Amino acid sequence: MKQVGPFRLDTGEPSGAWTLVVSAAAILAAFVAAGGIFWAYGLNPIHAYAVIVHDTLLAPGAFPEIFRPTIPLLLAGVGLVLAFRAQFYNIGAEGQLLAGTVAATGVALFTPIRGPATLPAMFAAGFVAGALWGLLPSVLKLRLNVNEVITTLMMNYIALYFVSWLVTGPWKGPSVRGFAYTDQFPASAWLPLIPGTRIHWPTLVLGVVLAAAFAVLLARTRLGFAIRVQGENPEAARYVGIDALRTTLLVMLLSGGAAGLAGVGEVAGVHHKLLDPNQVSLGYGYTAIIVAWLARGKPLATLITATLFGLIYSSGDVMQVSLQMPFRVTSVFNGLILFFLIGSERLLAYRIRWAPAGAPASAPASAVAPSPPSGEDP
Amino acid sequence: MHPASAPSALPSVPPSAPVRLAVNEITKTFPGVTANDRVTMDVRGGEVHALLGENGAGKTTLMNILYGLYQPDAGEIVIDGRAVRIRSPRDAIAHGIGMVPQHFLLVRRHTVAENITLGLAGTRFFLPTRDVERQINAFAERYGLRVDPRAAIWQLSVSEQQRVEILKALLRGAGILILDEPTSVLTPQEATQLFAVLRRMKEEGKSVIFITHKLDEVMAVADRVTVMRKGRVVDTVPVAMTSKSQLARMMVGHDVDFRLPARRPGTGAPALIAEDLWVQSDRGLPAVRGVSVVVHRQEIFGIAGVAGNGQRELVEALTGLRPVDRGRLTLGGRDVSRWSPRAMSKLGVAHIPEERVRMGIVPPMTVTENAILRRYEEPPFSRGPLMDYASATRFAQQLIVEYSIQTPSPRTPARLLSGGNIQKLILARELAHRPDLIIAAHPTYGLDVSTTDRIHRLLLERRDEGAAVLLVSEDLDEIRILADRIGVMYGGELIAVMPAGTDRGTIGLLMAGQRP
Repeated sequence: MKQVGPFRLDTGEPSGAWTLVVSAAAILAAFVAAGGIFWAYGLNPIHAYAVIVHDTLLAPGAFPEIFRPTIPLLLAGVGLVLAFRAQFYNIGAEGQLLAGTVAATGVALFTPIRGPATLPAMFAAGFVAGALWGLLPSVLKLRLNVNEVITTLMMNYIALYFVSWLVTGPWKGPSVRGFAYTDQFPASAWLPLIPGTRIHWPTLVLGVVLAAAFAVLLARTRLGFAIRVQGENPEAARYVGIDALRTTLLVMLLSGGAAGLAGVGEVAGVHHKLLDPNQVSLGYGYTAIIVAWLARGKPLATLITATLFGLIYSSGDVMQVSLQMPFRVTSVFNGLILFFLIGSERLLAYRIRWAPAGAPASAPASAVAPSPPSGEDP
Repeated sequence: MHPASAPSALPSVPPSAPVRLAVNEITKTFPGVTANDRVTMDVRGGEVHALLGENGAGKTTLMNILYGLYQPDAGEIVIDGRAVRIRSPRDAIAHGIGMVPQHFLLVRRHTVAENITLGLAGTRFFLPTRDVERQINAFAERYGLRVDPRAAIWQLSVSEQQRVEILKALLRGAGILILDEPTSVLTPQEATQLFAVLRRMKEEGKSVIFITHKLDEVMAVADRVTVMRKGRVVDTVPVAMTSKSQLARMMVGHDVDFRLPARRPGTGAPALIAEDLWVQSDRGLPAVRGVSVVVHRQEIFGIAGVAGNGQRELVEALTGLRPVDRGRLTLGGRDVSRWSPRAMSKLGVAHIPEERVRMGIVPPMTVTENAILRRYEEPPFSRGPLMDYASATRFAQQLIVEYSIQTPSPRTPARLLSGGNIQKLILARELAHRPDLIIAAHPTYGLDVSTTDRIHRLLLERRDEGAAVLLVSEDLDEIRILADRIGVMYGGELIAVMPAGTDRGTIGLLMAGQRP
């Protein structure tokens, strides 16, 4: 505890509201820092933000555009939340997403499945492909204790180059005259859009349903209980005989599968073909890490955080078009936000209280067992 | 240190010895609790001063204030007649205060010399450990703190690690040494050695503050004793002018009933049979070497021994957490040598783990969730794939009442409970299903007198109801109070099995490896 003027600094459990305040402040600080980048580009930051706000939120037809990047971020992010809850640091959503695009493309172009069954088959194949892509690192971790951060990250590059190879090699479309992409999908493999927008709504619905389903999974099911025990204290999980391999495999199936679904949405809802991996996914799998981090282990919170980053992606478009800045500037934004969020983590442990000098230091009303941070227990 | 094996009391300090350290009216509050309430005490040069009190009496808080880890809300600290402010451990060290913490702060992979050098002022930039090694050897010689400066910490026994912590403080020039429950990890012989070290430090004019809640130790080693209760100083008295029962009264505020319910004569049928059990340590070395033991129903079998002699591996093997390398484990007539922890639990084996927070609970999860940790997969706590948290909460509420677990609510994260209540929660969970075999490892380590008593009674109750209990403890008092038979583990072997009532000295010698 420390007295600063009339305020007292307490340490303790972060409340939900306080977490929200600190996170919002961190994001705001990131925006202020990003203002420096506009300024370095010779733009007035206030003007730049005004343009961004207008063009992403207020201009006709602009608002729904936010949801195009939101969809893959939501699906991949919600999967990552689950993995992070099990303390499995899946950095491989990008690769799992790309695996989903490959599987969906395979179904759309190279199987005889046509008609109303096409899209469900694509989603199923995408889910399985993403899940399998996430499976290998989890087996490596649990059987050989290989760090999953490295393996999942490396698997991203394998997926990336595999897609590159496909679209320049065996899957290169005969009808596209030398461009590095596949033929266009048949009409039955196109996702329907919300009229007047470019939102492929079935994928969005899938994302929302998955967020709700994972929330229920964690809070209400036996598997969710095991996941939380495994994630919060692996030693206790061992003690009560929770099978770490089984739990982690299931988590990674779901996590990778969710990212795979995001990939299906991108090829079936946006591009209608498979093309250069850097165009299929604008780093969604990586941004989803921030989406999940910001959601702090709550699947439903990804609905908000994914939308926030959808907004940032959509500002990237604005910056490119209206402000003539490179689209990759969004990565700088993402980086700054993550940087400030991680930096703010420390602050969550503190609370500022109004305690003018002279007033007695009153105990908080919360009836939590008093536990001074000492070796002794009261 | 125990009276039976203790040398005669140390010569007491002349009352004229100058005061090295004084704390005046120190007050420290934490949200919801006053840990130190106008605490006043003084420590003289060349004195061993015991600070006695139950867990939560405020001893550690006071010492953390002296060591600069906390700032007092009010009051002053006076060293050698001058009021000082201690803002950090660095300040404390500069004022000649050294601390040997209860949980050692050592880098396990580094050597003794490296650990001592770390943060030591005035060392050379290149190869700083060379000079330090010489100093270590000199100090070790002077105080009888033998330890190999080049050994890695992980290779050392707990008592050797403690010596490293003491050396660390001495090399930093400590004239006032604080030892936080130093004997809780030692054998009686090791404690005797430690006390000899303290005596030598005393002769050199150093002051020692010795935190403990063991009365025997106070009587054996201290010159004066300050008793604390609920954040306040009850009194400071010369040890020569007090008695154990008087100290106990001061400490707990009321007479403690040292007697426990009488032992039942006769024991039941064999419950657990281990035959020539071999178990490997984490490093693949044989940690349990051919242990054979039978634990009967209605019997508490106590295993004494210094930590690190295979007890942990034995317990883990008996609970299915560690594979049995060789030998046979029979429980209730069934061969369970290859059974999983879950299967063992279902068969009626309860496990009170040694590391209650690291293994026994999931700290961020609620009391309710921790209460059902063992049986979350079974009705009524889950039905099909879904959990039934309503029944879980009812179950938790029942345990909270039955075992008097102090928690604001069943929804409180277990991590916010005090150590004693965490242990009660674990016991409640493990004993709730009336297990046939209870394996309890250090069940009362670090807990206060009344919680310890409560846990002892629970174990005895279950024994009398017919459970077999295997009690692993380093606390000889505990073993002697509870056990119907006493085994001693040394070097992975069960080197002796003795009847209840065996004297301390005999057990102590066995714990130190002197075979009968």
